[in-house]
Amino acid sequence: MTFLDLFWSFFQVGLFSIGGGMAAMPLIQHQVVELHGWLTLTEFTDLVTIAEMTPGPIAVNAATFVGTRIAGLPGALIATAGCVLPSCIIVSLLAFLYFRFRSLTVVQGVLNGLRPAVVALIASAGCTILLLALFGEGGIAGGMEAFNPVAAVLFCTALIILRRFRFNPVFVMLGCGVVGGAIYLLIP
Amino acid sequence: MKRSLRVYLKLFYVTFWLSAVTFGGGYVIVSFMRKKFTDELGWIPEDEMLNLVAIAQSSPGPVAVNASILVGYRVAGIPGACITVLGSVLPPLILLSVISLFYDAFRQNIVVGAVLKGMQAGVAAVIADVVCSLGGKFFRGRQWFSVLIMCAAFVASYFFSVNVLWIILACGCIGGIQVWINMRRAGKGGSV
Repeated sequence: MTFLDLFWSFFQVGLFSIGGGMAAMPLIQHQVVELHGWLTLTEFTDLVTIAEMTPGPIAVNAATFVGTRIAGLPGALIATAGCVLPSCIIVSLLAFLYFRFRSLTVVQGVLNGLRPAVVALIASAGCTILLLALFGEGGIAGGMEAFNPVAAVLFCTALIILRRFRFNPVFVMLGCGVVGGAIYLLIP
Repeated sequence: MKRSLRVYLKLFYVTFWLSAVTFGGGYVIVSFMRKKFTDELGWIPEDEMLNLVAIAQSSPGPVAVNASILVGYRVAGIPGACITVLGSVLPPLILLSVISLFYDAFRQNIVVGAVLKGMQAGVAAVIADVVCSLGGKFFRGRQWFSVLIMCAAFVASYFFSVNVLWIILACGCIGGIQVWINMRRAGKGGSV
């Protein structure tokens, strides 16, 4: 049953994530954190961090990570297969149609509607992660006592560096890890 | 189409290494693929490569996987596509299974825990940056309809916890209907 759940969950992630990169993140969060509870929000955020710092698509990284933790190597293989299978079917079909008809107007139209939605979904997942960083697992309900000013300063600094100086995101994340980690260790 | 063991091996070798060493998501790997298959190997002409990239970005699933399927299919048919999928999925599969095996021991380490906690703010900033870049385009281009869809989708997802799949399906349909209306108008000789 677990294998079937893993396969089906990541099949949906593969099927509905359009636009690459971060687009898969809200879907993975929905399946893995909210629906099945396979990862806590903290573990999920760790996963996004790891996926950003290692090569390979975030969806494949997530499938392997979750699969291994839930059901070992077979779980990883099945989750990854589930995540890649929709691509294999749909892309082969589109490639066949493309080489035959060479027209993509309708596909482009559907994409025009999807692009803003994908941005909104990424923003929504980003807000969840931001609240985790600022308030911990309890979220905004924790109130001002749970508020973490170090994370707030790190977030603002990192965002300014990314927007103004176009630094490589991997280095910005590593920088936050080193600076934040040092502060958290020195001031418990 | 080229179907020989040498071509299959080359396809696997190239996609495996591209997938193993390119950081930074689908768009980066796609530009490396163009460099390799168009400029160096000369297997796929420039304009066709651009169309393949467009298909890869318009299809569901990871862009890097989609692009490698298309390149494999174009060079050596279905067997080629199977080989390139394997090549591009294996490196992250191997790497992440090793990482997840050590994750628990790793996470319990105080130093690693503190660093990961610091990184949470960094990840949030990276996501905010992506959202600003992608969403800013709609404002700069004065595409108010897209802005409207974006705001509606955000409210639905964040405040009302509407299932992600429904939001994607609904917005895809809206885009499709828009094209259909435009095509009908154009067909009737109205303003395009």
